[in-house]
Amino acid sequence: MFPIRSARSLGPGLTRLDIEAADIARAALPGQFLMLRYDERAERIPLTIADADPAAGTVTIIFLSVGKTTQQLSQLRPGDAIRDIAGPLGRHMEIERVGTVACVGGGVGVPALYPKARAMKKAGNRVVSVLGARTAELLVLMDEMSAISDEVRVTTDDGSRGRKGFVSDELADMLRDETTRPDLVVAVGPIPMMAAVAETTRPHGVKTLVSLNPIMVDGTGMCGGCRVTVGGKTKFACVDGPVFDGHEVDFAELAQRQKRFIPFEQRAKEEFGHACKLNRASP
Amino acid sequence: MPASSTERPPDGRRASLPRQRMPEQEASVRAGNFSEVALGLSEEMAVTEASRCLDCKRPKCVDNCPVAVDVPAFLSLVKTHRFDEAASLVRAKNSLPAMCGRVCPQENQCEGGCVLGKKHEPVAIGYIERFLGDYALKRGSAAAATPDGPKVAIVGSGPAGLTAAGDLAQAGYRVTVFEALHDAGGVLRYGIPNFRLPKDVLSAELGYLGTLGVEIRVNAVIGRLFTVPSLMESGYRAVFVGTGAGTPHFLGIPGENLNGVYSANEFLTRANLMQAYRFGEVDTPITAGRRVAVVGGGNVAMDAARVGLRLGAEEVTIVYRRSRAEMPARAEEVVHAEDEGIRFEMLTNPTRLLQGSDFWVTGLECLRMELGEPDASGRRRPVPRPGSEFVVEADTVVIAIGSSANPLIQQTTPGLSVNDRGYIVTDPATGLTSIPGVYAGGDVVTGSATVIDAMGAGRRASAAIQEYLGSS
Repeated sequence: MFPIRSARSLGPGLTRLDIEAADIARAALPGQFLMLRYDERAERIPLTIADADPAAGTVTIIFLSVGKTTQQLSQLRPGDAIRDIAGPLGRHMEIERVGTVACVGGGVGVPALYPKARAMKKAGNRVVSVLGARTAELLVLMDEMSAISDEVRVTTDDGSRGRKGFVSDELADMLRDETTRPDLVVAVGPIPMMAAVAETTRPHGVKTLVSLNPIMVDGTGMCGGCRVTVGGKTKFACVDGPVFDGHEVDFAELAQRQKRFIPFEQRAKEEFGHACKLNRASP
Repeated sequence: MPASSTERPPDGRRASLPRQRMPEQEASVRAGNFSEVALGLSEEMAVTEASRCLDCKRPKCVDNCPVAVDVPAFLSLVKTHRFDEAASLVRAKNSLPAMCGRVCPQENQCEGGCVLGKKHEPVAIGYIERFLGDYALKRGSAAAATPDGPKVAIVGSGPAGLTAAGDLAQAGYRVTVFEALHDAGGVLRYGIPNFRLPKDVLSAELGYLGTLGVEIRVNAVIGRLFTVPSLMESGYRAVFVGTGAGTPHFLGIPGENLNGVYSANEFLTRANLMQAYRFGEVDTPITAGRRVAVVGGGNVAMDAARVGLRLGAEEVTIVYRRSRAEMPARAEEVVHAEDEGIRFEMLTNPTRLLQGSDFWVTGLECLRMELGEPDASGRRRPVPRPGSEFVVEADTVVIAIGSSANPLIQQTTPGLSVNDRGYIVTDPATGLTSIPGVYAGGDVVTGSATVIDAMGAGRRASAAIQEYLGSS
């Protein structure tokens, strides 16, 4: 069991949990993830390690509630515990000083972008964060990202904050201008966003790293459920990634593969939502 | 081979007793549930079966057992209803008899050597071993032991690791088993389905190891959370690596990443470890659809096919590129699969997976094969018959063509010798690797083999570790 040290809401649907896991905290490196199983009946799901504090013996996860497990996790309070956590998993990201790094995050991807951007900043890079969402109130971790960025650029689909448009539009402008062109792009977000970012940087030859979060069962290289085509070869995101060269990833295939269990996911989420309402209704 | 002249001539009376039949769930019933197929012998049946043993002077059954269980001695005890003593005798050589009785390929091992099998049917040694294993688990164990010897780390809680752990704990070593998943057992947990190896029996065997003083730490991925060198630094005097062969192979043909295509590892892990067949009560999904095709001819292929059937598929087909005679699966599993209505397309090799309008698989395009000259494995090589293309329709395709070693330990243990196929190089007699104090055994050394072979490797390594730590 892994006890919750602290739990706090960071915005609509966004939760931060500090979890007691001293050995994982000591071993964790940027870019790695955890496999969590909420309780005996739950799925195993991958979540990026947002922070690790070896002195406090805690690891931090930041997540948006999108499915049943993340909804369950969002209701945990200090003193509660998560049944199983395995990690740190995956290859860590090579963090080097390259100059200017554009850290591009969309919606649910921003929590996973944050530790990578922070590591880039710590390594002495100039970090320009390009953050986007459908609408202003869905922009997440703005304060945290601002604190570790030299510059923050914001886009919303509806123009309610920052530029009206997509993060890839903003990035395209940055690429066209020599004075703002990044030396490296790190992008985390929904699959169409990462695909658009990769296509935006490709003609400019700017290296673009993406962090993938496909469906996984074990997270240790055993099931191959997370397989993704990279450079024409099948890779397992859990052990060969999760970070890959965005110019090599077959995003169209990945998008299709993420649809495998949608009816199951919706049923689990709906039944859970229904049960929650019943609980609230009872005295 | 003629019987040795030192063996007594077969005893006509005992040999004429028919081999006891294993009581089973009826095929039509069991195909709809995940409960165990083989129900186990009664005490009377076990005694009758044991009395068939001729007690030969040179028992081949013992020679053929990778852990050299004293088969005639335990059969002799069963004959006289001394089940407790018989179970202790088995456990002295085999910490997991309830497992082995269920999953060993006895026809190639103990029973394959039984002299009775030459003219009649061999003694059902596996059935009796299972009977004793279950008997011992039901009786429970004495008070828990608390070993106080040197610390030994075991990486992986599959058959190799658990055997080494049991032996070392019994010898007084403080043993910690590190398991990457959230439940222990390795392939016994994630690979072998409940209908062949009930998970409560596995848990009971693990409970028995607990009473020997074995500590199991789950959620511990060695190579990430800790490494072999860091375990040595933190006070473990020896490490045994039994991480198995967990990386699934794919065919390398077009369409393999379509939705509905699973590695056998994924399909079975969802069904077994995650219990996805109980979706609704549990949250992990699995899909089978109306038609399932399984590619491969080993035990894993049989397991995947039978899981597909139990998930409600109307038609399940095994596609295998050689013929029945070359199938590596245990004979009993093939018969069980056939009885349950699994179709077999032998001498058939898939060439590509077909897709419908969405991204889901709709079938498997195959070529008929014929057998040519023997290949490196001694089996006749399948050769394609030109123009013989046909389609096996399927909503789910499971690729069960084998697996290789997970490279994590090899990548994170400097100085560890690994062969060109990624397996750890060891001294076969001791399991010693290129690093003093570090031993390895089971599939991570040999590639995919059997549960009992892995147990044999665990046993040899534990003896070598005791010698190493006793003398150092």
